[in-house]
Amino acid sequence: MTTLLEMREITKVFPGVKALDRVSLTVEVGEIHAICGENGAGKSTLMKVLSGVYPHGSYDGDITYDGEPLANRDIRDSEHKGIIIIHQELALIPLLSIAENLFMGNEVATNGVISWPMAFKKTEALLRQVGLNEPPGAVVGKLGVGKQQLIEIAKALSKNVRLLILDEPTAALQEADADRLLDLMLELKAQGVTQIIISHKLNEISRVADRITVIRDGTSVSTLSKDEISEDRIIRDMVGRDMAHRYPERTPNPGDVLFEVENWSCWHPEQAGRKMIKGVSLNVRKGEIVGIAGLMGTGRTELAMSIFGHSYGKGHEGTVRMNGKPVDVTTVGKAIEAGISYVTEDRKALGLILEEPILRNISLANLVGIAKRSVLDKRREAQVAEGYRKQLGIRTPGVQQKVVNLSGGNQQKVVLSKWLFTDPQLLILDEPTRGIDVGAKFEIYTIMKDLAEQGRGVLMISSEMPELLGMCDRIYVMNEGRIVGELGRDEADQEKIMALIVRDNNKGKVA
Amino acid sequence: MADKQSSLGGHLRENGMLLALVAIVALFSILVSAQGKPMFLQAPNITNIFLQNGHVIILALGMLLIIVSGHIDLSVGSVAAFTGAVAAYLTVDAGLPFWLVIPLTLIVGGLIGAAQGYWVAFWRIPSFIVTLAGMMVFRGATLLLLGGQNIGPFPKAFQSMSSGFIPDLTGLMKPHGLTLIITALVIAAVVWVGLRARARDAEFGITPEPTGLFWGRTAIIAAAMAFVGYQLASFRGLPNVLVVLAILIVLYAFFTENTVQGRRIYAVGGNEKAAKLSGIRTDRLVFFCFVNMGVLAALAGMMVTARLNSATPKAGTGFELDAIAAVFIGGASMTGGSGKIIGVVIGALIMGVMNMGMSILGIGIDYQQMIKGLVLLAAVIFDVYNKNK
Repeated sequence: MTTLLEMREITKVFPGVKALDRVSLTVEVGEIHAICGENGAGKSTLMKVLSGVYPHGSYDGDITYDGEPLANRDIRDSEHKGIIIIHQELALIPLLSIAENLFMGNEVATNGVISWPMAFKKTEALLRQVGLNEPPGAVVGKLGVGKQQLIEIAKALSKNVRLLILDEPTAALQEADADRLLDLMLELKAQGVTQIIISHKLNEISRVADRITVIRDGTSVSTLSKDEISEDRIIRDMVGRDMAHRYPERTPNPGDVLFEVENWSCWHPEQAGRKMIKGVSLNVRKGEIVGIAGLMGTGRTELAMSIFGHSYGKGHEGTVRMNGKPVDVTTVGKAIEAGISYVTEDRKALGLILEEPILRNISLANLVGIAKRSVLDKRREAQVAEGYRKQLGIRTPGVQQKVVNLSGGNQQKVVLSKWLFTDPQLLILDEPTRGIDVGAKFEIYTIMKDLAEQGRGVLMISSEMPELLGMCDRIYVMNEGRIVGELGRDEADQEKIMALIVRDNNKGKVA
Repeated sequence: MADKQSSLGGHLRENGMLLALVAIVALFSILVSAQGKPMFLQAPNITNIFLQNGHVIILALGMLLIIVSGHIDLSVGSVAAFTGAVAAYLTVDAGLPFWLVIPLTLIVGGLIGAAQGYWVAFWRIPSFIVTLAGMMVFRGATLLLLGGQNIGPFPKAFQSMSSGFIPDLTGLMKPHGLTLIITALVIAAVVWVGLRARARDAEFGITPEPTGLFWGRTAIIAAAMAFVGYQLASFRGLPNVLVVLAILIVLYAFFTENTVQGRRIYAVGGNEKAAKLSGIRTDRLVFFCFVNMGVLAALAGMMVTARLNSATPKAGTGFELDAIAAVFIGGASMTGGSGKIIGVVIGALIMGVMNMGMSILGIGIDYQQMIKGLVLLAAVIFDVYNKNK
């Protein structure tokens, strides 16, 4: 076997974060090499280094490709050499046809005039190669995600791919489509295309991969050959580490059941017949911090938003109870009235009005609370904002400051202030520390601890397992829109959580 | 530091607009006297600025809410024409008294706004499309209702809505006593509101405007008001239009800055998704903005009809563009979420003063259009430049 790619001691530093720390990866000609790791472990960053998204010089370490040093200036450079990456979010233009998408930026043209007959003929050949039976003129947006994935691969083939990188290719696919994709990968391998697949799904990996490299916390932990691959080994490698952060000391003191969801289901808002949340039941007690673990895209945010005023999905079924009584959560207003708050994972797009000052953002969800007969009391508004600024330690010259000027941690505190001003009994925090530096994380944890001590319930969604383990009294594990397990504070550890997810995936495979 | 900058920038914007207005007035005063014509700022001209531009200000008030909420309304000119025709039909053909015609016409305007707002708010059809359709539909409806003819003339009572003056209850008549009293009261109110806002800023720890700047500006405004008031008093007194305008401006300024619903409209335009997830019924607010726009368009339509003393098929052409221009000259953001009533009023006055000044100077309609277009562009470039600095 000859080596196609060798990445040696790759280190990539972002301001304040070391995303990759001396990662090495070797890929042989004609193999399928899998890369595993938790969310944020550095898999995607490594692939971006390889494909030229981060150009040569912006990282340390060296790359040898095909026996020569590789120094990509940009993506075009690496594509020229046959290294093609297919990202998780497909980069197709939905309103254009398959043929137009396939040759986007690489048009079949002479002197700038496109030859459509030629392009269509080439498209047909490529589609046959990936086993997709659609006319080249079909509009891409009307095809399912599975077919779009195949078009991406056909696009890669049109560029004479030698090393194909697939970043979680099956994450958005239904079972049958995923199967088809894996078959195609094996076919391409037979044709001599070397491939790298990033995936969480161990059943898929063991089906197609020849070797696996596990990445954790920005370092490569191990490279296993096909016969060494085992669930336990991979899980241990993926999560085996000390707690990276500190958490405030707290003595859990859960009270009565505050919040209860029973048999909650809902459907995808656009794709008919796709059930996103499948009969979820869970509860949170007063003064309790409860976590929901799971990989990205398993329906945690969808669950939270569907409960919070039916903000996600349609065809909602199930019951929500507060203090034992069923409550109406059909609109956000009613959910707030029932004492529920939802702190979004995407604070810039969904949580804040960036161009408005802090105080207007804080009062937004409870304007009635600063108004008398619908007339705003701006003095009270400023006092309220000032109060939260001190209480939560929002670092700003004044509450008139526009939130766009604040750091991530301080923005998050503004969002929290907004919801605290509605005096919620239950706070659903979705990825509360995403995009926040380590110091500010501790402050957010402390706020969560205080909330619990005030007798409020906290339901925390997070992809960072250490943070769930460090903060939560109980953890629900969610996968594919279902709760697949519940672990108490004492029994929970990363391996058990991972195992619940992985085994659930495999169960789906067998069934 | 950033706070100080942005607050200064904000003050700069508003004061800049006011300065621009003053500069434009001064420029025309000089140019007009240079041509040897009677003084630009004489009583009839001042009265006429309000009579001839009242409808633009009224439309711009509604347009501000629409634009702040992140939408646009291209139909207001046609709707004003149509409602003007409705008012004319009800008055002249049906012989209804004006106190019945006015509310009926406003209701028709509201219904038209509702019909358009329904598609924008609840079906999420782009407002550009819906109101472009409305622009054509109601232009056609106007022609249909008028049968290609003009309807008029109107009874005195209806005309007085746009061309009447308030009675002088003091019996002084020359100068108009009540006008002087109201002018004094308004100046006192402006100073008082300004001082109160300053006190509040100080209390909240907001970097206040420099004292000199505040008093300088207040002095200019007070002097301008005293001058305008005295000129009006020495002519025929306060025009009814100005009274209606003043009430509406105060009402809308209060609504946008001091009420729950007003604040929520800014939130919808600032970040609709965040507003929705904060429990705000964004669709209902957008619907309300369009209904409100329809009612104001009807009011503007009646005023124009009353001033011309006839409803004509061509009435209201281009009103939508004047209103939109006033809003953007007044500093509203194209993407929604920001803009102030006072800015809009200044924007409309800038356009009005330019119209009148250029007409007096005898500048042709060709150059007038070009100059107004360039002023609009310059105002927005100034804004963008300030933001990016």
